[in-house]
Amino acid sequence: MIPTSFDYKKASSVEEALGMLGDDAQILGGGHSLIPALKLRLNAPGTLVDISKIDSLKVIRDNENSITIGAGVTHAEIAASDVLAQHCPMMGQAANAIGDIQVRNRGTIGGSIAHADPAADWPAVLLATDANVIIQGKNGKRTVDIDQFFKGFFETALEEGEIITTISIPKTAFNRNSTYVKFKQPASRFALVGCAAAVEMDGGSVKSARIGLTGVSEYAYRATGVENALAGKALNADTIASAVSGVTDSVDVMSDHYASEKYRSHLAHVFVKRALMNLSYSK
Amino acid sequence: MTKYIGKSVKRLEDKRFITGQGKYTDDIKLVNMAHAYILRSPYAHATINSIDTSEAKAMEGVVAIYTGADIPEAIAGVPCGWQVNFKNGDIMKEPPHPLLVRKKVRHVGDGVAIVIADSKAIAKDASELIDIDYDIHDAVTDPKAAAQAGAPLVHADVPSNTCFDWELGNPKEEVSAAMASAAHVTELEFANQRVVPNAIEPRSAIGHYDTAHDRYTLYTSTQNPHLTRLLMCAFVLGIPEHKVRVVGPDVGGGFGSKIFHYTEEALVTFFSKIVGRPIKWTADRSEAFLTDAHGRDHVTHAKMGFDADGKIVALQAYTYANMGAYLSTFAPAVPTYLHGTLLQGLYTTPKINVDVTATFTHTNAVDAYRGAGRPEATYLLERIIDLAALEMDMDPAELRLKNFIEPFDGVEQEGYVTQVALQYDSGNYAPVLNRALEMVGYEAFRKEQAAQSNGKLLGIGFSTYIEACGIAPSAVVGALGARAGLFESAQVTVQPTGKVSVYTGSHSHGQGHETTFAQVVADRMGIAIEDVEIIHGDSDRVAFGMGTYGSRSLAVGGSAIVKSVDKVLEKGAKIAAHLLEASPDDLDYADGKWTVRGTDKSVAFGDVSLTAYVPHNYPEGLEPGMDFSSFYDPTNFTYPFGAHVAIVEIDKETGAVKLKRFIAVDDVGNVINPMIVDGQIHGGLAQGIGQALHEGTVYDESGQLINGSYMDYCMPRADDLPSFEVDRTVTPCPHNPLGVKGAGEAGCIGSTPAVVNAVIDALWKGGFKVKDVPMPMTPERVWTAMQ
Amino acid sequence: MANNISITVNGKTHTGEVEARTLLVDYLREHLSLTGTHIGCDTSSCGACTVHVDGKAVKSCTMLAVQADGCEVTTVEGLSTNGSLHPIQEGFREEHGLQCGFCTPGMMMTATDLLKRNPNPTEHEIREALEGNFCRCTGYHNIVKSIQHAANKMNEATA
Repeated sequence: MIPTSFDYKKASSVEEALGMLGDDAQILGGGHSLIPALKLRLNAPGTLVDISKIDSLKVIRDNENSITIGAGVTHAEIAASDVLAQHCPMMGQAANAIGDIQVRNRGTIGGSIAHADPAADWPAVLLATDANVIIQGKNGKRTVDIDQFFKGFFETALEEGEIITTISIPKTAFNRNSTYVKFKQPASRFALVGCAAAVEMDGGSVKSARIGLTGVSEYAYRATGVENALAGKALNADTIASAVSGVTDSVDVMSDHYASEKYRSHLAHVFVKRALMNLSYSK
Repeated sequence: MTKYIGKSVKRLEDKRFITGQGKYTDDIKLVNMAHAYILRSPYAHATINSIDTSEAKAMEGVVAIYTGADIPEAIAGVPCGWQVNFKNGDIMKEPPHPLLVRKKVRHVGDGVAIVIADSKAIAKDASELIDIDYDIHDAVTDPKAAAQAGAPLVHADVPSNTCFDWELGNPKEEVSAAMASAAHVTELEFANQRVVPNAIEPRSAIGHYDTAHDRYTLYTSTQNPHLTRLLMCAFVLGIPEHKVRVVGPDVGGGFGSKIFHYTEEALVTFFSKIVGRPIKWTADRSEAFLTDAHGRDHVTHAKMGFDADGKIVALQAYTYANMGAYLSTFAPAVPTYLHGTLLQGLYTTPKINVDVTATFTHTNAVDAYRGAGRPEATYLLERIIDLAALEMDMDPAELRLKNFIEPFDGVEQEGYVTQVALQYDSGNYAPVLNRALEMVGYEAFRKEQAAQSNGKLLGIGFSTYIEACGIAPSAVVGALGARAGLFESAQVTVQPTGKVSVYTGSHSHGQGHETTFAQVVADRMGIAIEDVEIIHGDSDRVAFGMGTYGSRSLAVGGSAIVKSVDKVLEKGAKIAAHLLEASPDDLDYADGKWTVRGTDKSVAFGDVSLTAYVPHNYPEGLEPGMDFSSFYDPTNFTYPFGAHVAIVEIDKETGAVKLKRFIAVDDVGNVINPMIVDGQIHGGLAQGIGQALHEGTVYDESGQLINGSYMDYCMPRADDLPSFEVDRTVTPCPHNPLGVKGAGEAGCIGSTPAVVNAVIDALWKGGFKVKDVPMPMTPERVWTAMQ
Repeated sequence: MANNISITVNGKTHTGEVEARTLLVDYLREHLSLTGTHIGCDTSSCGACTVHVDGKAVKSCTMLAVQADGCEVTTVEGLSTNGSLHPIQEGFREEHGLQCGFCTPGMMMTATDLLKRNPNPTEHEIREALEGNFCRCTGYHNIVKSIQHAANKMNEATA
């Protein structure tokens, strides 16, 4: 469990970090995706640029129209955030479902989505918000809609030489009540299936719904078929049962020794249903 | 008279561990120490065409690199300590297990080269520059498949990959005839899957050759330093034993996996002389998964016949047992004499036959893991009897009670002679089950179960087990193929001031010997526990020892200590009699002093010990000093037993099993320290439950272990388990001085089938009449059983 | 490449050079000879290496020593003060919360982090808080009791 040799550079600002990123350099945040890979020598960078000491990346900010979460905010800090607990319950639920307390004390939301593990929790949750990912590169900042961020197996819209600085959630997303439910892979405790559901009601019927799933396919995705099927309907056992039938229609479902394709697909249905039922009770 | 025995004395060893001052092998630093990394085969079965180490050797900081070609021919490899011959008398197939492979690798993790460098990091870096050309071959990992025609051979000279076949009990014809008479026969085919012991301290070894004294020291994470020394010196390296010191310092759990003599121990010892520096090797966890001997891995087909009243009339079992690629130290004993011999269980079954075929596969070695054979036997019996109860629509507790052997104490009533070569020492089986039923609230539970209607299925499972521990009478095991005696030794040295040093061959790596043994000595001598020190784990300090496994430490090691204490007291009485001018026969010994019976004339233990070392006024002809060694060889195994009950809840939608309650009532004979015994039971339960619900290796077709890390192999965590409800009955062992039976493995032996039976019960009561769900009973497997 | 770092461990500041790839756990064990912090796995799973960094429980196998530059680190060796045991240490001894002792330092460091955040944890909360720490000896039963024991002691002390 010894990494290969590398150089280490500690950045005190995003700009400084961008300047340090050259060939064969990788970004080190909380390190909880990267360091395990380094130890097993699955990854062998020439240089690590440490952004974990950049203060501006470690803030949760309650703005007029959005809540912004710095990429360097840890899972534990999100779990402890009153403002998120108030507006977006699934954020805290998901944060507390990640790893263990030691991992949550170091691992960061930015690191998690940059790594884009197909079984990580944050991708499903962010997909169920209307989040934007703010990315900074040498040529300035750009904003990527979360729907465009996850591209494939451990693959995102992040380009070489870029750093995720902020996740921004518009407050309109908080009109939806939300929940995150997860069936853990028993050994790693990553998600065999994780479902984030956010539903806005208008009177007795669903005005809008966003449903993110992780662990099911090669990368997290939105169950748009389910979202559409719910629109305009009451939220009850019958409408939910009918809506969830298409949850894996648009994706290839993964298979491994913990869950075959058939079982994982079944779990996806069960957990979307459970998430939506949770929301139906809390109405 | 007992100030300490029977009390939950807080552990004397704890202070160093809770302050971070425990000293495990990897914590030891020697001057000028080099570090080793062992390059291992990434393939399960391959021929090495060439190895090029030149680039690696050139790396700065590399001390030396050796491959199989650098090991002298005379060093064939690590030996096996138990021989089980074929039914027809042919000798067991015992291919050598080389320290480093010369030509052919036989499992993923087989050692190919040792890289010795100034630091572990450099050794690892250099290992990546070694270029090896392999020809990759087909592999076989399943023990039954390995014996079939056409299976890839692990060793060219072992046909059908068969190490031995073996049979015990009544002749098969008699068992068949009894089975034919049965009113009901329950048949079950199942796997007792391979599990990984996973002591949290990875194995570690430091070899050090001292030129000044021409002497080696090996520090190693072992359960038995003397046994390791004997095996390494006499059977591997050919070094005289008196020139080798083996130290087992603090050891972070063993569970069987640190009994065995491993190649790495011999490698660091051998090469420390050649490179002229101490060499440390410590396994990474992923390396531990590949090389620590695994446990279980049986494929079994069993039939049990019952008469119309539910009395068992016959049992026939066929088992394929996986040995892995090479024979580990005690591997052949596990599926035979530690498994077949236990198939009587607690029952009066009149006809039993067990037939075992042991095979080599392209996998890591399998050997004793907590329980070693007895969990497999218990699983076989307890699964089949619970299933029979379901099939016959009988109550599983009543079915067991109907078949239990009547009570016998081994003194007034003779020990029970089984159909499978053992004589149980003492037993009283109904009370453990009745107590467990009382604790669980059985009738109320059955009502709750019947009324369950919330999308969950409730189930209850039983397991009433017996095990053989306190191993073992040397002559008996010798006749059964053991290549060692299984006695234990102890030396008790009374210091002139009356303080007592006890040197025991039983190594402690979590069992609390430093406390339990001190309780025994302090009480027997009538002195304060603070005046007793227990010393273990160092072959230079402890004259001899056979080590800690098979729940033997107190029954065998403790008995050896008692023998030495009794010798001390016998000699003390002679000295005391001289000082008191009385006859030794007229003295009573109590509370640390000898008193002339009927008088107030007495002399204290400390005065007697001082006199022994300052023998001015001393019995004529008596040697000075107070120092006695003893060897204790038990006359029989001991036979703990118990009843375990599990209650589970299945989520019908996901198949997830929640263990809601676990009740264990064990009888381990007399108890010296209840706190420690309960702790041993708890730990065993967690491991047994782990096998039922969470743990199990997964190999792919090419022989890769695909869940060889904690991210993939599910270890039970705190939130996977409930608090346990434990109680005990006490049926003393009639044949050792403390009346103790052993508690180290009981929890692990009884618990696995109780959990599995509970899941099966839940499924049947929910309308899913399946005979088996393979372990580990993962959510998917349970869910599949309901589809 | 060597890097200069300054880390305060158990109240004492250590300054020196380390390779960038040195893990915090190796720094503690090899450079400072604080071998109470153990290594039980290579996947950040077992928790045997748990220490506190700036007051929070972290896995020292999943942090580079260079990242701890300027930090306050507490290891098991720093739990007791002035020769008297920390309540968590007393709890583990009183309730037989350890057998082989290898996971114990990490367990205690995680437990103290828990009790700091939640001085009156339920059994369920204790078990959940231990999800990042493996014990193979105790079945966790007495570890839970040890932490409850410590919680009671600490609450009495502050009452």
